[in-house]
Amino acid sequence: MSDKLVQVEHLKQYFSAGGLGKSKKYVKAVDDVSFHIDRGETLGLVGESGCGKTTTGRTLLRLYEPTEGRIIYDDQVIFEKMPGGKRTAADMLPYRKKMQIVFQDPYASLDPRMTVGDIVGEPIDIHKLAGSKQERYDRIIELLQRVGLNSEHANRYPHEFSGGQRQRVGIARALAVNPEFIVCDEPISALDVSIQAQVINMFEDLQEQLGLTYLFIAHDLSVVKHISNRIGVMYLGKMVELADSYELTEHSLHPYTKSLISAIPIADPEVARANKRIVLEGDVPSPLNPPSGCRFRTRCPYADEKCACEVPEWREAEKNHYVACHHLDKCN
Amino acid sequence: MNEYLVEIENERLSFFTPAGEVKALNDVTIRLREGEVLGIVGESGSGKSVTAYSLMGLTAHPGKLIGGTLDFNGHRINDMTEKEMRRMRGNEVAIIFQDPMTSLNPVYTIGNQIEEVILLHTDKKKKEARARAKELLELVGINEPEKRLKQYPHELSGGMRQRVMIAIALACEPKLLIADEPTTALDVTIQAQILELMMELKHKLGMAIIMITHDLGIVANICEKIAVMYAGRIVEYGTADEIFYDPKHEYTKGLLRSIPRLDATKHERLIPIEGTPIDMLNPPAGCPFAPRCGQCMKICLREMPPVTEFGEIHYTQCWLNQKQMMEGEAANE
Ligand SMILES: Nc1ncnc2c1ncn2[C@@H]1O[C@H](COP(=O)(O)OP(=O)(O)OP(=O)(O)O)[C@@H](O)[C@H]1O
Ligand SMILES: Nc1ncnc2c1ncn2[C@@H]1O[C@H](COP(=O)(O)OP(=O)(O)O)[C@@H](O)[C@H]1O
Ligand code: SF4
Ligand code: SF4
Ligand SMILES: [Mg+2]
Ligand SMILES: [Mg+2]
Repeated sequence: MSDKLVQVEHLKQYFSAGGLGKSKKYVKAVDDVSFHIDRGETLGLVGESGCGKTTTGRTLLRLYEPTEGRIIYDDQVIFEKMPGGKRTAADMLPYRKKMQIVFQDPYASLDPRMTVGDIVGEPIDIHKLAGSKQERYDRIIELLQRVGLNSEHANRYPHEFSGGQRQRVGIARALAVNPEFIVCDEPISALDVSIQAQVINMFEDLQEQLGLTYLFIAHDLSVVKHISNRIGVMYLGKMVELADSYELTEHSLHPYTKSLISAIPIADPEVARANKRIVLEGDVPSPLNPPSGCRFRTRCPYADEKCACEVPEWREAEKNHYVACHHLDKCN
Repeated sequence: MNEYLVEIENERLSFFTPAGEVKALNDVTIRLREGEVLGIVGESGSGKSVTAYSLMGLTAHPGKLIGGTLDFNGHRINDMTEKEMRRMRGNEVAIIFQDPMTSLNPVYTIGNQIEEVILLHTDKKKKEARARAKELLELVGINEPEKRLKQYPHELSGGMRQRVMIAIALACEPKLLIADEPTTALDVTIQAQILELMMELKHKLGMAIIMITHDLGIVANICEKIAVMYAGRIVEYGTADEIFYDPKHEYTKGLLRSIPRLDATKHERLIPIEGTPIDMLNPPAGCPFAPRCGQCMKICLREMPPVTEFGEIHYTQCWLNQKQMMEGEAANE
């Protein structure tokens, strides 16, 4: 058994965006991304809206059919299609129990006509995890208690709950099948600041109690740093940097990561007054028509001709610190 | 002359909904000088937007101002007619919203929309208005302004649309700009651009800003004064340094403890504020924060806390602060 629970190699997810034959257009939502997640660890994924975080999470769960690449879960290949090679795809049913997802929007992701008990009970029914009605009920109550709710909540409907409570229900539902791995897609972004800390602590407690492994997606780097062991940074479908959380926030190597970090307003007036911000020019280009070479080059202060022609290689620049940039010497 | 540009005294405002009276604002007091930046922070539903909109005479049905006085730039808002308020809006005070798409008209070009505002509020002619529109786009840092004037909102990115909204808001050089979560829908690198732009314009044009946000990082970065709202009340008011380095109210302290910091050097468990936000239809009798407060005393459950003043600007509404203040005074005598 290796330490790696999830391995993603050269993953590509292209969505068709109209056009026919040769003029067929694609959104390269995820384009040649490689990383792994260790057992029991939290890998954070950050980047700006539309950069491919959600798509990466959903593709590795095979909620989308990957365009290309290899996905290995617990040493088993669950998908493989490399250029020139043949396609291998495992039956996902047994994996659906091990791999779960929690969504961003606690309002939209719960069926308003079902009681909270039935929402949490649904996966128990689908996977036939309870032998009797009593067993099913006990399991539901246990799950609700795990996420800080109680038996009285089981007969109520989602609209009777606050945002933070609904997010707890979504997590209880994900936990119903005893998963090992959970993709958490912006699970706290819709919550009030005073509630976010409660939910973050709950994620940490559950991980400790149940030995869970997380892919934690969020655009708030402060939150991601707090909860993650390692962090990957995406830009326009590419992973640009990946390292230990402290390493990444204190010694980032990639110019995009640096500007992202400096753009985050720190909640401390003195630090704010002292900060010299790197303000990036321009907007994120369209993923339908990404820049050639390095995708960050249209906003990068160090870009040159090489950046326009060649895609920078994804490499381990320092031990366990991966980055894709031609000119690390110039930017650091 | 009044020394304040904005002076709201004990504002009370309720929404009379079919389910009952929602007391959205209770004894809200705000004073702001020309050129100052005030941040209003608080959770969703705490009354941030309602406070700011009422100052522009924009209270939505079934809302009603039921007490207090609102003064802005020499006007008593309470006594103004709708027509007078319409003149004031756009001329003296302007607003930008979270989602620029909902405030821009999709069927008109950017140029048309900026010119319309200029023609409405100034006596500029069509041609001058066009020139001014171009100038404004340059002012807010939009490149190729000639080209942008001819484009429609959907052809611009979110950050550019927000710049256009700011350009429209600035068309008449207002004394006060109200920004309601102006960067919530934007990415952080674009947010940094917009905040930078707002600060630059403040210095250039000397306008005051009311920044509504739930992001403590934003207020720490751009605001001189901060109002912390909870359940329709300003529970603490002070300078940025007072709020961040010497918070007095339990809710403010709790908020500051609960956020993870990017510059943290080791993992420390977050200390959340327990419980859930209150139901505004059935608020508790005394202090609205009492159900979640670790320092709650008997009196907090019965009576609304009075104002405790710590300095010229800094005040809270909390029984514990009141008690400490009185004990302190007694000790000094
Ligand atoms: N089903 C789909 N069909 C076509 N394009 C899609 C689809 N899903 C995502 N995309 C596109 O793929 C890109 C990446 O989207 P994704 O949802 O992964 O972004 P994200 O990083 O999660 O962004 P956000 O922070 O806004 O959630 C975007 O350009 C998006 O418009
Ligand atoms: N049009 C309306 N009808 C009824 N209640 C409203 C209306 N607008 C706001 N409220 C209520 O007033 C309170 C304050 O709202 P608001 O100022 O929008 O909060 P925020 O602090 O999120 O900006 C909330 O309880 C909200 O539900
Ligand atoms: S490869 Fe070139 S454009 Fe890309 S980040 Fe590095 S220096 Fe900038
Ligand atoms: S008044 Fe009482 S309950 Fe309210 S914040 Fe102060 S100590 Fe806590
Ligand atoms: Mg997403
Ligand atoms: Mg609001």
